[in-house]
Amino acid sequence: MISVHLILFLAFGAVCVAGAINLLVQTHPINSALSLIAVMAALAGEYLLLGAEFVAAVQVIVYAGAIMVLFVFVIMLLNAGEEERTKGGSRVAVLFGVPGMLIGSTLVAWVVLRHSGTEAVAAGALPGDPKTIGQLLFHDFLLPFEITSVLILIAIMGAVVLASKPPSASSTASGKKVG
Amino acid sequence: MVPLSYYLLLSGFLFACGVTGFLIKRNIITIFMSIELMLNGVNLSFVAFAAHWHALAGQVFVFFVMVVAAAEAAVGLAIIIAVYRTRETLNVDQVNLLKL
Repeated sequence: MISVHLILFLAFGAVCVAGAINLLVQTHPINSALSLIAVMAALAGEYLLLGAEFVAAVQVIVYAGAIMVLFVFVIMLLNAGEEERTKGGSRVAVLFGVPGMLIGSTLVAWVVLRHSGTEAVAAGALPGDPKTIGQLLFHDFLLPFEITSVLILIAIMGAVVLASKPPSASSTASGKKVG
Repeated sequence: MVPLSYYLLLSGFLFACGVTGFLIKRNIITIFMSIELMLNGVNLSFVAFAAHWHALAGQVFVFFVMVVAAAEAAVGLAIIIAVYRTRETLNVDQVNLLKL
């Protein structure tokens, strides 16, 4: 008997798989970015099936909303075009990628074979509402929470420093990129 | 009811797609997006294990992963802008010198 839960899992999972493959196949970065947004939206549906409502909302708002908008903004800003393939440039990638993929797929197959008998994950078995998450986050995980706030602050300052125009370039450049 | 292995299989597939994109893509922005795909695959297994073991801490860890991903995206895209400003290319095969 096929439950509604399984049908929804398969539907969202199909969108995830199609988006991930489309990200690899597309050569234009904007198409890859849009397929990645589709993957993230479908993953939010999977989180809802697992009962993690707040994680699903944050996935849509932060990942698909903020981070991917940043990606699309940079793609538009740099006017990134079609990806040009270089011949023989990624021999090292093939050399290490093929054994790595073999090891990874072996691990995945091992997990599936080993845990194929584990009991099903019930939908909504765990309270994933903001109140419970917040209580856990601000009691048990208070120190990591504060440390990540410092990390975000450092990342903001680093991004500002890196993306700002270097002072020597604007004074010595021949005017081709100033302004 | 969906078995845990289905979620782990999907998570592993997303991670493998991320690794493949990281290795075969030549555009630095697409390589960055492959890293985000890997992080999303790991997040899915975090949430699945949280539901399986009835441990809410797994969902809290997803937030930490998201925070690290946001910080990484901000700094990484700033680095991409700096690289493009000096080299005027986004192809990683042409960015092979530490100092111009």
